[in-house]
Amino acid sequence: MAKHLLLRDLDIPNIREIEVYQANDGYAAWHKAVTTMKGEDVLGIVKDAGLRGRGGAGFPAGLKWSFIPKDVFPKYVVVNGDESEPGTFKDHQLIRGNPHQVIEGTALCAFAIGSNLAYIYLRGEFSEPGKALEKALDEAYAKGMLGKNLFGTNYSLDIRVHYGAGAYICGEESALLESLEGRIGQPRLKPPFPATNGLYNKPTVINNVETLANVPLIVHNGAAWYKAMGTEKSTGVKLFSVSGHVKNPGNYELELGKFSIQDLLDMAGGSSTGRPIKAVLPAGSSSPIIPAANFGAKLDYESMGTIGSVLGSCSFIFMDDSVNMVWAARKMIRFFKHESCGKCTPCREGTNWALKLYNKMLSGEGGKADIDLIADVNKQIIGKCFCPLGEFATSSMTFTLKHFKQDYIDFVEKKMGGSPEFLAELARDAHATHGGH
Amino acid sequence: MADLINLTIDGVALAVPKGMLIVDAAKTIEKDIPVFCYHPKLKPVGLCRMCLVEVGTPKIDPATKQIVKDEAGATVIAWQPKLTTACTTPVSEGMSVRTQSKPVIDAREDVLEFLLTSHPLDCPVCDKGGECPLQNLTLAHGPAVSRYDYADKQHNDKHAPLGDLMFIDRERCIQCARCIRFQDDIADDHVLQFHNRGRAEEVITFSTPGFDSYFGGNTSDICPVGALTTADFRFKGRPWELKTAASVCGHCAVGCNTALNTRLNTRTGVREIKRVMPRQNEQVNEIWLCDKGRYGHHFTHAANRLTHPLIRKDGALQEATWESALQLISDKLKTVPGQKVVGVIGDRLATEDAWLFGRLMTDVIGAAPAFVSPRTASAYADVARAAGLGADADFKALGKGDVIVVVNGDVEEQAPVWFLRLRQAVVDRGAKLIVAHHRSTKMHRYAAGIARFAPGAAAQWVAGQPAELAALKDARNAVIVFGDEKLSGHNARALAQSLAHALAEAGHADKPNSGLVPLYPHGNTQGVCDAVDPSRGAMPESADVAWLAGVGDPADAPRAGFTIVSELFLTPLAAAADVVLPAAAPAEREGSYTSGDLRAQRFWPAHPAHGESRPDWWAFQEVARRMGKDWSFGGPEAIFAALAAAHPAYNGLSYAGLAAVKPQWPMVGRAEVNFGGTVYDNTAGLGARTARVPVGGAAEAPVEPTLADLTRPEPALYRAGDLIRHSAVLAGRLV
Ligand SMILES: Cc1cc2nc3c(=O)[nH]c(=O)nc-3n(C[C@H](O)[C@H](O)[C@H](O)COP(=O)(O)O)c2cc1C
Ligand code: SF4
Ligand code: SF4
Ligand code: SF4
Ligand code: FES
Repeated sequence: MAKHLLLRDLDIPNIREIEVYQANDGYAAWHKAVTTMKGEDVLGIVKDAGLRGRGGAGFPAGLKWSFIPKDVFPKYVVVNGDESEPGTFKDHQLIRGNPHQVIEGTALCAFAIGSNLAYIYLRGEFSEPGKALEKALDEAYAKGMLGKNLFGTNYSLDIRVHYGAGAYICGEESALLESLEGRIGQPRLKPPFPATNGLYNKPTVINNVETLANVPLIVHNGAAWYKAMGTEKSTGVKLFSVSGHVKNPGNYELELGKFSIQDLLDMAGGSSTGRPIKAVLPAGSSSPIIPAANFGAKLDYESMGTIGSVLGSCSFIFMDDSVNMVWAARKMIRFFKHESCGKCTPCREGTNWALKLYNKMLSGEGGKADIDLIADVNKQIIGKCFCPLGEFATSSMTFTLKHFKQDYIDFVEKKMGGSPEFLAELARDAHATHGGH
Repeated sequence: MADLINLTIDGVALAVPKGMLIVDAAKTIEKDIPVFCYHPKLKPVGLCRMCLVEVGTPKIDPATKQIVKDEAGATVIAWQPKLTTACTTPVSEGMSVRTQSKPVIDAREDVLEFLLTSHPLDCPVCDKGGECPLQNLTLAHGPAVSRYDYADKQHNDKHAPLGDLMFIDRERCIQCARCIRFQDDIADDHVLQFHNRGRAEEVITFSTPGFDSYFGGNTSDICPVGALTTADFRFKGRPWELKTAASVCGHCAVGCNTALNTRLNTRTGVREIKRVMPRQNEQVNEIWLCDKGRYGHHFTHAANRLTHPLIRKDGALQEATWESALQLISDKLKTVPGQKVVGVIGDRLATEDAWLFGRLMTDVIGAAPAFVSPRTASAYADVARAAGLGADADFKALGKGDVIVVVNGDVEEQAPVWFLRLRQAVVDRGAKLIVAHHRSTKMHRYAAGIARFAPGAAAQWVAGQPAELAALKDARNAVIVFGDEKLSGHNARALAQSLAHALAEAGHADKPNSGLVPLYPHGNTQGVCDAVDPSRGAMPESADVAWLAGVGDPADAPRAGFTIVSELFLTPLAAAADVVLPAAAPAEREGSYTSGDLRAQRFWPAHPAHGESRPDWWAFQEVARRMGKDWSFGGPEAIFAALAAAHPAYNGLSYAGLAAVKPQWPMVGRAEVNFGGTVYDNTAGLGARTARVPVGGAAEAPVEPTLADLTRPEPALYRAGDLIRHSAVLAGRLV
């Protein structure tokens, strides 16, 4: 395995400390940019490198930065460290293990668009990585990497950390901005988009933690160097959070497009139970589930599309054949019902109804008609939601029904519902969610 | 005219102004796209998903960038794969919209079924039943049977108070956010918010007192379900039991158009007002009311209303017949010289009352001075009449390039609905606001310029030609709103004169949407002063006879040998009188008011008069007849005609003219509560603007305020001692 570019904490002990980071070329790109380059030069390199957003949608980062109007002030950079997708824990490791690279990437982004203030938004539960990040920021200020008149120029930059209250929807960029502004975390109507009307209605770039962690490397080594990795449309390296029934769960840093899902499973040591792997969720609960038959697909944005799924946030949850998909779908629907922000009708009511139906299945009271009703409720949500969260919620139903319909039929016919384990699970969940909230 | 955009909706071609939303465009051709969260007065949010439609735009050839045509030469439409919310999508040239296709109908049914899974469907006991958008749309699009297990319904608090004036039924709420958005976008009282998420999301208030706003009642009108009920109306009647009469609020100078909903109390046989609702008048109150106007109606049915004339006998007031009271009054008046009689009329009475009162004093009794109470306001009404708003006045037309100056007034406390409208002119449309006052008001939030002066020194401030008023010079239109806080009548008049002068100096004297707007204490100060032409001299120390009609302030009453009082209640002045005449309340009679922005508006009776009470004009006429005058006005219409013939401000106006209506936007009303809420459309009359009348006389210089001026309390919407103290529902808010 080549040396890591992002998970450098795996190769270099204590890189979370600024001295160590600097001894390994840390902040060199930053110093070079501020003292010798123009913002648009930095932007140009990132655009050239073909870096795509790592938060899920894969939108080209440089292109996004170029939408920021030049003549409106102030502008903001907001780093999305909400990382709430089940099974995703890559940003967590970056922030905790290699925080200066995140800070430097954030700083370069701010410099590129002419912003003097960046916020790093962390999900509320990230208190421990948050401490590492705040310590790193203190060090960066102490070393003159951040603050007023950097390196003797007239460019100044502040970076602040903000903790959310722990809601999946606050990872959606406009809900994140609402939360950052102190309001309830619900997505905004688009257009307008954050590039023109973002934080406090000002031009704002929002990027994922991992996206920005790539930037110092790109600026330091050049676009050509970065582009040489990956495929034409999926350049560079990507982190994959692997969990579920694998021997070695954890984050894996891979060149895009070089490896298949099967390769990733193998790297993670294969099935931890000895049972065959049945399927994988490639982007946590919000992605179309992939049956093992399609594990030959390459890990890049395009190839995942050809098998009807997405790369998304690259959180691969592998499941062996002991997993019944009715149970799995219920788990996910319960998550979405809990995380629905409540703003729009189909998601708020649809996930609530769907969960009741899955609960009915688990309790042993479900019949074949309930499978049809689940499919109907699912269809009624699709295409009508205000934001992608509600649409994400449907993929757990759509694709388990599509690929594993037999699981549903078995569930009813073999009377799998009502088992002591399921009843205990239902009781536990009812308790944990305060009577159904 | 703004640029027009051509589109077709369900095959019907239409052209609408650029920027219009699909949902509004459809409404213009009376195609109702069902909505819950959308409201034409609020910014669109697109969250309920009820308004989904199919949208297509002309197909563009990627190579040539030209619009693709089919063999017949018709534009090929590229239909969007997903349904689109009609409430957030503006029209575009060549757009095609389908509101009745299978996918659209299906989507409506889908969304509606979702909403009903969480709805209690307790229509039989719901105040909204009968005028409920959810109920109506369920009939149109809802499922016949429920596929949702009733046992799975989430049960929430059904009677949660949001403060003392409003209750929320958390089961009925469909989370449309109309209430929250009204409070944020229109009232600018950020007192409501969503709390929790998902199915647990609920509306909460976090102010002290709860739902602290003068405008909260409006949220009950625009709530598309029975979730928000007012403490006043909840459980008081079903919409279909209510009769409606058009009226005008008399509590302040705005003159909001109202609909009085009455219900027959079968136990007592008395028809009573159950609620006051807004009646649309886009140039006056749009579709809003303040809570004082909405809840301040209870005086009409107060148990202690006067029911019979009273005559003092053996030192005590005793019930008498109208005949004996009228005879006693006319006999008395015949015995005293006219100059020894003083008439004082309150500014709550109708213009028609005031006109006859004035004629009674001058033409019948002869040379009796007539005063209007409150004296302060009556001291400058002629100046306001001369320099008031012009013929096309409409606050909604104010925006960029216009200047609004507020001097010595607290618009929200004194004329709440003007506050809403002027705020929007500034915040939403870019008018420049200058506020000059000795203290802070809510209007200060939006001011581009702020000036301060010592209490009572408003006129002195204007006289000093302050730099802030220089903005008038470059203004397209200039509106100056002013109040008489801490001013004597003399100083208030001096202020009005100097402001009128400033307007004229800056070239605004003849503009149709510029002028002075006084913050009068009541709804007909202008009309009463117009009709009476009040004496501005000192109130005589004593008189032989005084007639006090609707006078609240004892300071405005002279000492007299014989006092006649026309009143609703046995006020302190009435209790000390020799004859007391019971007056019919506004809701019991016809009449007209003239608002502070010079609009004459009619009101109609909602129910029979209480006891033997009679309209004031009738009593004035009966006395005149007994004194030999051949008056035979059949009613307010004839009196208004006489006024219109004699008074230049009213020349050419008639009751028929005041009853004229024309189409208004947005289209709201009874038949279709979905779009605009339960607000009433205006079928009774939009009123008419009255004309400026020049005033003579030199400008007067202000004098030092007296201690009495400076210690007068500042204006407050819920200042007790007013008629509103009869509204128990407002008890917690009175100051
Ligand atoms: C429901 C929802 C949840 C999301 N959660 C996250 C998240 O936790 N972290 C993240 O970086 N992006 C998340 N996103 C994507 C963001 O909206 C946004 O696209 C991203 O932060 C942009 O950064 P990128 O271009 O660098 O990927 C989420 C999107 C949706 C719709
Ligand atoms: S789909 Fe609707 S309810 Fe769900 S998270 Fe998005 S806005 Fe909120
Ligand atoms: S209370 Fe009424 S207006 Fe407010 S969110 Fe609920 S349904 Fe909408
Ligand atoms: S603003 Fe004035 S006229 Fe309108 S309802 Fe309130 S008190 Fe009545
Ligand atoms: S989404 Fe359009 S009316 Fe609610």
